[in-house]
This record gives sequence, C-alpha cells and structure tokens, in this order.
Amino acid sequence: MVQYMTTRLDTSFAALSDATRRGVVEQLGRADASITDLAEKFHMTLTGMKKHVGVLEQAGLVTTKKIGRVRTCQLGPRRLEEETAWLERYRQRWDERFDELDKVVEELTRKEKSDERKNRK
Amino acid sequence: MNARIESKPGPVKNRTTVERKSDREVVVTRTINGPARIVFEAFTKAELLKRWWVPKSMGMTLLSCEVDARVGGKYRLVFDHSPEPAAFFGTYVEVKPYSRLAWTNEEGGEGGSVTTVTFEEKGGKTLVVLHESYPSKEALDAAGTGAADAMVETFDQLDELLVALGESSGQ
Repeated sequence: MVQYMTTRLDTSFAALSDATRRGVVEQLGRADASITDLAEKFHMTLTGMKKHVGVLEQAGLVTTKKIGRVRTCQLGPRRLEEETAWLERYRQRWDERFDELDKVVEELTRKEKSDERKNRK
Repeated sequence: MNARIESKPGPVKNRTTVERKSDREVVVTRTINGPARIVFEAFTKAELLKRWWVPKSMGMTLLSCEVDARVGGKYRLVFDHSPEPAAFFGTYVEVKPYSRLAWTNEEGGEGGSVTTVTFEEKGGKTLVVLHESYPSKEALDAAGTGAADAMVETFDQLDELLVALGESSGQ
C-alpha cells in the first residue's frame, strides 16, 4: 500500500515538474477547458498541448472526455490533494523554523543597530 | 521622522515556499528580515542555531548542539527522545561566509541527504534558498511524511504557543 502510494506520487510529481503542466492544472482548477482553449492560452500547438494533457491524464491529475468533436479537460478526482498535502507538511516544517530564525535575526539586527548608535555618541 | 513607519508593529511575516524539483530534491525559499551576515551567523553559531532550528511546536527538547562550521567540520544535535536521545549529525562540505553553506546529514548512515543553503542579500533582507538532495526518491518521500506526520499533531499546540508568545513579548 505504501509502495503503491509512493509510485502514484512519483508519477504525479513527474507530471507536475513541468511549468506548462502546472499552469494547465491551475487553469483547470478555475474552469474546464478544451485542448484548443489550453493550446491558445499557453501559446502552444495543438499537438504540444495534447502531449502535456496526456502526461497529466496518465498521472490521474486530469481527465478528458470527448463531446462531439471537442475534447474537454477537467481536473482529476482528488489526486492533487495528496501532492499538495505532502508539500504543505514539508513547507510548514520549514515555515516554523524560519519564523523562529526571523525572530533571532531581527533581534540581532536591532541590537547591532542600537550598538552602532551608542558607539557613535 | 516618519511616524507612520515607526509606529508599525513588528515586521511582516514572509512566505515560505517549497518546490519538489525532482524525485530526489526539494527546494525551500524564504526571505529573512536581516542582512546575510547575520542570517549566516544564525546558521553557523551553535548558540544561535539552537534558538530557532527546533521550533517549540516540534515538542522536542534540544539537549546539546555542537557546530564547527568549517569545511570538514562536524555538527551534532542531540534531542530528548523516548526511549533514548536522538542525534542528528553530519559534516560541513562547503562554508563560504555570508553566501553559501552545505552539509551532509549522516544520521541515516551511508548515502544521507545533502543540504545546500545560499544567502542572497537585497535591501537589508536575505533570500534564503535551501536545497535538500536525497539519495533516493524513497528517502525523500519518507522525509516528507514520517517525521512531519508527528508534527501535524502539534500544530494545535503551536497556535496556542504563538498566542502565548505574542502576549509575553508584550508588543
């Protein structure tokens, strides 16, 4: 189970390692869009966009369905949440650390400035 | 001179960003309100490092903190941990005052992760970019879940703590 989860995460991270694909996921978070819409938005050929969407689809981050001649893309069911949760946990750990660092650095900076003022007198 | 600026309570909290660059690498960025020289000191002097490296919310107590920030020098942090103290240690591989620092993390045995930090000063503030490179994707996945999972439990305590700290700082 853990192994399965990890493999899924890897596929998703690989899919999201590309800036355009992250942009597509973000865009689809706002509204569903056709491949043509996405290609235009990201100044890309239809073939190029099809490839990107294919990678996202394989990672389960995006699903597509064909209605008539138009292929519409939407976000996958819930996959992004796992990746987001992983990164958010990691981020929080560092955020807390850096909050504390900020306090220490600010205190030292203030102290240094007041020492300078004293020395100048 | 400028009453508006002087009356501002405390500095603005900066954003911490995390990006997974590849299977094995994570990059963390954060701007710290102070010059690179002081931020670098806070990373390399034991008495300063121990004040921030282990946020109170981690629920861990630092028993000892030794830092010899020279190329080839060692660091060793020991935590109060049940059933026995836990040590995190490694070697500094790059020490370039005020701009770059790198160390190995050897507590996991052979092939631990390597942490590289760069400090870039701009307008009296310092952009800290911390790059963690793990030997394998499994090691990175574990780092993102295992230890951090335990921390999630302490987030509620963190909120209380921050309120308490805010009150006690009397600002």
